[in-house]
Amino acid sequence: MDTLELLVWLIPLPPLLAFLIILLVTRGNKLLSDIVAVAAILGTWGLSLTVFFNAISTEHLGEHPLRAAFTWLPLGESVETSFQIGAMVDPLTAVMLFFVPLTASMIFIYSTGYMATGHYWTEIKGGHGHDDHAGEEGDDHGHEMVVDSAGRNLVRFDATAWKARFMALIALFASGMLLLSVADNLLLLFIGWEIMGFCSYALIGFWHNRVYPNQPKRITPMFAGIKAFMTTRVADVIMLLGIAWLYSYTGTLSFREIMYNEAMLHALESSAFPNIVALSTLTVGGVIGLLLFAGAVGKSAQFPLHTWLPDAMEGPTPVSAMIHAATMVSAGVYMIIRMYPIISTGFHGHGFTPTMQIVAGIGAFTALFSATIAVAQRDIKKVLAYSTISQLGYMVAAVGIGAYVAAAFHLMTHAIFKALLFMGSGSVIHAVEHGEEHAHHHGHHFPIDFDAQDMFNMGGLWKRIPVTAWTFLIGGLALSGFPLVTAGFWSKDEILADAFAHAPAVFVVLAIAAFLTAFYTMRQIGLTFAGEPRTHAAEEATQTDWRMNLPLIILAFFAITAGFVGVHQDFPVLGRLLGENPFHHFVGGALLEHPETLAFSFTPLILSIVIALSGLLVGWLIYVRKPLAAGQEDPLKKLLGPIHTLLENKYYMDELYDWAVIRPSMWFAEKFVYLFIDRGIIDGILHFIARSVEWMAFRNKDFDTHVINGGADQVVEGIGGLSDSFKYVQSGRVQQYLAVAVAGLLMLVGVFVWTLFLR
Amino acid sequence: MSLLDILNNYALTLVTFIPLLGAVVIMLLPRKPNLVRWTALVFSLVPLAVAVWMWFAFQQKPCTDIAAEACFEQQATWFPILNASYHLGVDGISVTMVLLTALLSPLAVIISWSITERVNLYMALFLLLEMGMMGVFVSLDLLLFFVFWEFGLVPMYFLINIWGSANREYASFKFFIYTMAGSLGLLLSIQLIGLSLGTFDLQTILVEWPAFQGDGGTFVGVGVWAIRNVSFWLFALAFAIKVPIWPFHTWLPDAHTEAPTAGSMILAGVLLKLGAYGFLRLVLPLFPVQAHAAAPVLAILAVLAIVMGAFASFGQTDFKRLVAYSSVNHMGWVVLAIAVAAWVGYGSRFDAEGHNQLNAIIAMNGAVLQMFNHGLSAAAMFALVGMMYERIHTRDLTKMGGLWVVAPVYGGIMIFSSMASLGLPGLNGFVSEFMVVRGVFPASPFFTIMTAIGMLGLLFTGAYILKAIRHVLHGPFNKDAADHADRTLEINAREIVAMAPLMILMLLIGIFPAWIVQVINDTVTALLT
Repeated sequence: MDTLELLVWLIPLPPLLAFLIILLVTRGNKLLSDIVAVAAILGTWGLSLTVFFNAISTEHLGEHPLRAAFTWLPLGESVETSFQIGAMVDPLTAVMLFFVPLTASMIFIYSTGYMATGHYWTEIKGGHGHDDHAGEEGDDHGHEMVVDSAGRNLVRFDATAWKARFMALIALFASGMLLLSVADNLLLLFIGWEIMGFCSYALIGFWHNRVYPNQPKRITPMFAGIKAFMTTRVADVIMLLGIAWLYSYTGTLSFREIMYNEAMLHALESSAFPNIVALSTLTVGGVIGLLLFAGAVGKSAQFPLHTWLPDAMEGPTPVSAMIHAATMVSAGVYMIIRMYPIISTGFHGHGFTPTMQIVAGIGAFTALFSATIAVAQRDIKKVLAYSTISQLGYMVAAVGIGAYVAAAFHLMTHAIFKALLFMGSGSVIHAVEHGEEHAHHHGHHFPIDFDAQDMFNMGGLWKRIPVTAWTFLIGGLALSGFPLVTAGFWSKDEILADAFAHAPAVFVVLAIAAFLTAFYTMRQIGLTFAGEPRTHAAEEATQTDWRMNLPLIILAFFAITAGFVGVHQDFPVLGRLLGENPFHHFVGGALLEHPETLAFSFTPLILSIVIALSGLLVGWLIYVRKPLAAGQEDPLKKLLGPIHTLLENKYYMDELYDWAVIRPSMWFAEKFVYLFIDRGIIDGILHFIARSVEWMAFRNKDFDTHVINGGADQVVEGIGGLSDSFKYVQSGRVQQYLAVAVAGLLMLVGVFVWTLFLR
Repeated sequence: MSLLDILNNYALTLVTFIPLLGAVVIMLLPRKPNLVRWTALVFSLVPLAVAVWMWFAFQQKPCTDIAAEACFEQQATWFPILNASYHLGVDGISVTMVLLTALLSPLAVIISWSITERVNLYMALFLLLEMGMMGVFVSLDLLLFFVFWEFGLVPMYFLINIWGSANREYASFKFFIYTMAGSLGLLLSIQLIGLSLGTFDLQTILVEWPAFQGDGGTFVGVGVWAIRNVSFWLFALAFAIKVPIWPFHTWLPDAHTEAPTAGSMILAGVLLKLGAYGFLRLVLPLFPVQAHAAAPVLAILAVLAIVMGAFASFGQTDFKRLVAYSSVNHMGWVVLAIAVAAWVGYGSRFDAEGHNQLNAIIAMNGAVLQMFNHGLSAAAMFALVGMMYERIHTRDLTKMGGLWVVAPVYGGIMIFSSMASLGLPGLNGFVSEFMVVRGVFPASPFFTIMTAIGMLGLLFTGAYILKAIRHVLHGPFNKDAADHADRTLEINAREIVAMAPLMILMLLIGIFPAWIVQVINDTVTALLT
């Protein structure tokens, strides 16, 4: 193991140490905790860049990745049967090492500013008339209890003290993502994957005692966290089956040994279900690929497991940026890009396999489906959430149609501009909340149903928070695919070009989605920044914290430039100028069969430019040219009618799951399994045996009184001394249970005799 | 004799009987609670020290084939007339269990500090319990095994019965009689084997019993086939009740829920393992043919335990009963792995081509590690439940809520332990569950389907763990719970001391499991090849 390979192992370590240090040592001290966390992530960034620059300057990194492994589980007789884990840097990991620590560092710095305060409403249950413990609850002194329309006792809660815990958790989160990125095998990847799953649960539900006054239907952070964990767990247990299958079939989970190994890839092409005619066309690799893909459907929030992600917006905004951009949802796509040779088993560049068709279908459908929902959302973060789902759909679809490099490219650019957008939206929310506090200090009461995330409570923020506004615009244009000067354009165009060439149906779906993307982005920008403020809070909104502005500016820079590494070599002028698509040649090296570059074509390029611009134009016409006034309804409502209601309610998927899955399983668990099976049937049988034997064997009252009660009394007294705890001996249960013993014995003797003499 | 010599020759006697000595001393002590507590702690720490020494000494010369050679072996005359002797010894499986027992006992004593009624008797019974459990793991004589097996029941019965909560009479009798019913059969079949071979020595029996033919297929006029089948089912039933395997599990939630905190810790942490250990040590090697035939049934029941246990746990509103049912769920994975080991058979005797040998090895490694892991996480969870119960005097989840705000350290520890129990990668539970899944999945199409169904249980494991966290720690603050408390809800230093070793081990096994898997694997591989 030389120094560089050791460095690879060290990459996830600083944030992990920061997590432990903050929890165990600096937890009381906010400033120290901030310093520890930021220093750790910057350290990791430094390590990553060192490795990254070494990696991109290595010739044929794909053939000779940096790698260091050791035995993790000694199994069986030899090292071959044991399980090795290792860290590895191949071209794909190098890409991750570029943008993950970058975005994570920005999010950490941003968090130190964003989490400086945390006031919200919480409920106090019970304790009517007492006030002795009020001090312990950490509620805001001086604010009396408020009762909301549901009759709940509410107080303003100050969660600022939890900031150190927050920094610790995002540090663990970052560590999980980096571990996943440098893993050289699927199990280690899965470990990082699940660590992130836990962190997202803990962070989404970070303000776990928060309630929303007068909004009884809105999900609270606590339930949003549980929803995220359970939904992704559905996917994870399926993925675990895929891992078990792959491991037992190939004898290893190492990426290199499986996917850089011709013999192994060939072996995966044999039929998975040779004896079941209907399924005999499925290859082993194809089925394993599907099981693994299920994991990505959960993690990257693809239809039908996407519902957790919009609700994950209940977490503090830096968490949303963390989950949606740099880390967790990217992990799902990263995994299927990583496992691409297995997902595409038997593809060889022509004729999509059933697995690929499913992957492409789900990806494309999700891209369009969630783009339509995004159009009708009021919450600034919900729009971004659905947009994330939609963009992830692009990447998944790209994997499904064999556009390996394009998927990785979009993964990178999207991570950057989506982190920018989320942090921008956080900055907006922060500013509006600040404005609300400000209004409060001027004598207004806290309106208990004010929603600082509702874009209809904003407007006119352009002049009030210019840094946020400009960077948000850059991010929004990148998301829309604004031609030439944004990173999103180059990566999205590559996916569209691939789809155009190989899978026209996918192209059509993605193109419609691209139009909607541009439209809802412009709608969001218009509602938030354009026109005049629609509320007091927006009127007084300010945000000047450099810790929040600096990350926005840095990410905005990358949101423009990151795309230039992947410009097609035949693109007029720029292609030659920008080094003939270095991204493609570098990342392509991660595969055994280097993917070919698509021939350059003007048709999809022009189509995608036209689509993006027309979407932006329609959005501009409706929301920017004539900004909404206070209290004015969304013009879209009139335009779409009942469809708008359907979209606003997300096609009622949550209600469907609640009715079809959650309620039945709660009923099944409590009423059927516990009360009916265990308490009713099994215990019923036991009690029945007890009573029957009691009836048969102990009808003699004298025996009962003297032997059973007397005997038990003496034994207990002898050992236990005297106590009032012997009353039970008089209860009928003693007899019952001694009876069970006798019954059991009789039955055993019966079986014994029967077996002995009748056989 | 130097200390080292004493350890080398009598380590197992020491770990087994020092608790007995402690019990005697404690009964003679005056009724001064603190003196008694500290004495009990010292007498449980000595076996831990010996067990840790054994663990390291074992690495030097691991004993993998207990039938041929056991480590720290010791033999003395006991019942010459029956050919039963005082014969102790361990291999990689039992040394792991000894470590677990020796570790959990002092922690349970520390947790028992809050016991104020009849402390002398309590601590004495506790140490007797430790002796009983330890004896089972180290016995190399079937009669001795049985004596310890039965012995462990008695102190546990009284612990539940005297120091338990409201419904303790029902629970303790159910526990006692149910287990006793199993033990009767166990005794009967141990007698059958002893009578047939003329010895109770396990090493001899392990070699001779599987090949035993009596006088041309009969023994004292009875078919050997019949004797073998009867004793197989009696063994299996006794151990199945102890594990417990679905549907013999209903004593468990009652006993666990009503037992005092430390009692639940030991009950879940160690006592359940006796059943699984019985399968691995006795049923599989002594009855290979019958176990092979019964393997599918065992697998189905195991999966039922996994799935139904998870659902039943999810359906609880009692915090402690929820944790109790989680044991049914977790031990199901152990049994599922045992089913595969039975299917393949020790020495891979039913797997001539060797397809499943590695699968069975991985599964069985998983089973033993899962036993250890569940011991850690279940003990931790019960300790946490007990701490909260002591403070707010209720176990009703609906009467808690938001307590993390007032008990941040408790909350952190509870989330950590819950995640270990849930099988979060990076902590111990995942490693063993992954090994079980990996080993069972490819063994045959039947086992593949069983594993897939088991995933439903894994899913709902998440559901009930999150349910517990949500009701206790998260959400709106429940002032009533805090108002009922007679002291601060936050965990105290003594309790942290009891939790810390568990948490360190959970993390250590989760991150670098090789140190313990190596020991288990050597033995398991030797057994299955």
